[in-house]
Amino acid sequence: MCRLFAITSKEPLSPMVAVEALNVMREGHDGSGVGLFLRDLSGPFEDLKDAPILSGIFSEEGLKRLDTFMMDVGFMTKYKISIKVPKTPPPGVPRRDIYLIRAYEYPEEWEGLSREDLHFRLMTTRLQLRSMGEQKEDMIVFSFWPDVIMLKEIGDPMAVARHLQLDRKELRARVLMAQGRQNTNYAINLYACHPFFIQGFASMTNGENTAFIPIRTFLESRGFPGYIGYNSDSEVFTHILHYTTTRLGFGIEAYKHIITPLQDGDIEKHPNAEFLRRLKQTCRPLIIDGPNCVIGCLPDGSLFMVQDRKKLRPGVVGGKPGMFAFSSEICGLDAAIPLRDKSRDLQPMYLDTAVVGPDRQEVRLCSQKDPLALPR
Amino acid sequence: MQPERPISPSSLSVKDLRWQILWDKETCTLCGKCTAVCPVNAIELGVFRKRLIEPPVGFLEPPGNITKSYYGVRQKTDPAYACVGCAMCNMVCPNNAIAPMRADEVDKLRFHLDRGGQPRRRGGRRNVPGVLLDRLKFIRISMLTDPALDAGRHEFELRTLLGRVLPPEENLQHIREHGWIPPVREIYPLVIGGMSFGALSPNMWEGLQMGVAYLNEELGMPVRMSTGEGGCPPRLLRSRFLKYVILQIASGYFGWDEILHAIPEMKEDPCAIEIKYGQGAKPGDGGLLMWYKVNRLIAAIRGVPAGVSLPSPPTHQTQYSIEESVAKMIQSMSMAWGFRVPVYPKISGTSTALAVLNNLTRNPYAAGLAIDGEDGGTGAAYNVSMNHMGHPIASNIRDAYLTLVKLGMQNQLPLFAGGGVGKTGNLAANAAALIMLGASGIQTGKYIMQAAAGCLGSESDRCNICNIGLCPKGITAQDPRLYRRLNVDDVAQRVVDVFLSFDTELKKIVAPLGRSTSLPIGMSDALGVDDYRTAERLSIKYVV
Repeated sequence: MCRLFAITSKEPLSPMVAVEALNVMREGHDGSGVGLFLRDLSGPFEDLKDAPILSGIFSEEGLKRLDTFMMDVGFMTKYKISIKVPKTPPPGVPRRDIYLIRAYEYPEEWEGLSREDLHFRLMTTRLQLRSMGEQKEDMIVFSFWPDVIMLKEIGDPMAVARHLQLDRKELRARVLMAQGRQNTNYAINLYACHPFFIQGFASMTNGENTAFIPIRTFLESRGFPGYIGYNSDSEVFTHILHYTTTRLGFGIEAYKHIITPLQDGDIEKHPNAEFLRRLKQTCRPLIIDGPNCVIGCLPDGSLFMVQDRKKLRPGVVGGKPGMFAFSSEICGLDAAIPLRDKSRDLQPMYLDTAVVGPDRQEVRLCSQKDPLALPR
Repeated sequence: MQPERPISPSSLSVKDLRWQILWDKETCTLCGKCTAVCPVNAIELGVFRKRLIEPPVGFLEPPGNITKSYYGVRQKTDPAYACVGCAMCNMVCPNNAIAPMRADEVDKLRFHLDRGGQPRRRGGRRNVPGVLLDRLKFIRISMLTDPALDAGRHEFELRTLLGRVLPPEENLQHIREHGWIPPVREIYPLVIGGMSFGALSPNMWEGLQMGVAYLNEELGMPVRMSTGEGGCPPRLLRSRFLKYVILQIASGYFGWDEILHAIPEMKEDPCAIEIKYGQGAKPGDGGLLMWYKVNRLIAAIRGVPAGVSLPSPPTHQTQYSIEESVAKMIQSMSMAWGFRVPVYPKISGTSTALAVLNNLTRNPYAAGLAIDGEDGGTGAAYNVSMNHMGHPIASNIRDAYLTLVKLGMQNQLPLFAGGGVGKTGNLAANAAALIMLGASGIQTGKYIMQAAAGCLGSESDRCNICNIGLCPKGITAQDPRLYRRLNVDDVAQRVVDVFLSFDTELKKIVAPLGRSTSLPIGMSDALGVDDYRTAERLSIKYVV
């Protein structure tokens, strides 16, 4: 079972806050890897909110190919963070040439593109790079999106964090998501490492997704180029979130209705009964069936947590106005926000979606039994 | 030595028959029940002559003998009266003195069953033991990282959808714009497949309907039953129970005059309309109700004269291709019920199934596709059709599902698989395997006949006389003296037993796989087989 931690804070935080929270929950992960997602960045990125940032791992050769490719498309580097790592990595961490975090200026031809087109091109650029990297095994690309940085590496989270010197000013962010990996059914591949990202949506999951194959099959057959990968069965959670929001036009409240719909008896009593019945039928292949706790981040910076239909995984939300955290275990929450009213901690149950909006003022809990806002 | 009787080409000895009657003189009470119950008159009272040698003790008198006679049971050897192995004689015998035994070699009878130039016709099954489905294993067991679910305590929702499901974007658009959304039924994934009123006896049919009604109304299990091609009793058409019924229309259109006239008086819409284009047991051949079974009741419901054979044509005569059927027939039937009832075709397993499927994907009114594999049963068919025609269901359903996946329509057009499901008694395991290969639901007929009514058929050519109305259990007989052997309430009770035990077994399969909130349609990663080629063909795992 992996361990998850996410925090949203008015004041920018060092990624180490999340890594330390993972560290106190280390009984629940085996130190086989760590994934970090940073959004609402501060420091040098504060003024580059619109510039797409490429995050990934490159070999020297890969970097050259990257530069050629990006120049050909017309991207200009605006800012970069160079992470110079010691030559000898800690035990269990592979040797890498370059951990790249680089903000670009859009190509001139992209000016005037609609938002949708722009988002589509950003995604296809990332996919192209990923595909190039897979051919020669010289690039691993995690995200290419404004105001988003992602880092993933194999090894114990704390050792990796120290190795990468994550406690640096440039990496401070107001939204952090981190996963300590329990390597189980899939070979160690960084593309199998949470959090997953697509067009501004990110999520990470604890637990196995037993309905993975039918869900993957459904997503792959939507004809959307971003629905690929699936080195981990948890990547589908991110893509379902993306599909629900961008393709179907729902808000986050509907996500749970898609992945864990109400049982028929409960639907009958729901104010949107007819609508939910149709929704359950039409989105049937997206029903998840595993024991899962999903923590995710929406493009507006909201964080959320949902549980599987039977609530078989741990998960807690707590904090105070201005700072809230989502954690697999209470000890992780305690490590990050020790001074809070613990009596107000929430453990979302099988019908709940817990959301902390971009204002970070409160945890909004919506139940599947509540009336549902129909799609836009 | 000359034989007592002239030997003709078709003169057979008991040894030449498929089934030989073993009769024990010592225990026989000569009650005559066996000869009375035998559906094919294979046995009769026999008067046997026996010579007794009585050599005297000593030398005073010469050796002598006497000839006595005794009574017993004699097996006929005329092919027309050959024992069918039903073993009803054994069932009624108070002393267990008689039983049929399978011949120890291939019988000679089979070469003589075409008297008058009529090839053998029979009911039942293909008579091939074993089925591939039994070899598919469920290998993806949730272990330590994610413990298996509890089949007895967790909540399960194992229903399926029958009807055209629009893709999410289109569905939401139709909801927003109040457009037409095709009717969809949420039903139990195990459907009682089409066995007609006529093929089945009135008691059997009534028992099935009662069982289905009980499952729905008392146990909340939305089980559905197809009528088969034989119409539907008028009172059922006008009752609220019609919603549990899938009305089948086939190339003979039997009973459809009555059905269409009843539409204005229907209290409920039927669950669905199944247009039968083919049947797994006799692919490319129409339905067949032989004259023996067409009594006045059957004739009235079907709208035909009594006492004539009712062979349905192999195709729907009003059209010449499945494309036209799709275009016209599905639409006509949809229109008859105001587009409120799902209409789907049923075809026999065939290597051309994908052509049919591709056609259906382009028809917005097609509500699904049922495919019936070669192991399906029948009330009557030519022997050659049953034994040599058809396509196995596993690869057919898998190909169909993967075609839908390629088109992105796997949730839009449900596939129903039938034909040999539960053939060897493993109903739930076979059904689950087909669902994981891509079927949305399963149709079963023979299993229900065996489990709910005690059908004697087996995969060794036992009984198989459904076609001539002499079913010794009264399941497929139309003679009240036979079908009164079948108690309607008992059949209903057994139907309920079968579905409840199936439900438990299905949960016992899906729970260890970590599935409970939706039917694992297309969950092919859960399947494995010990044959490499099969694994490759079905795109599942090869395990040894």
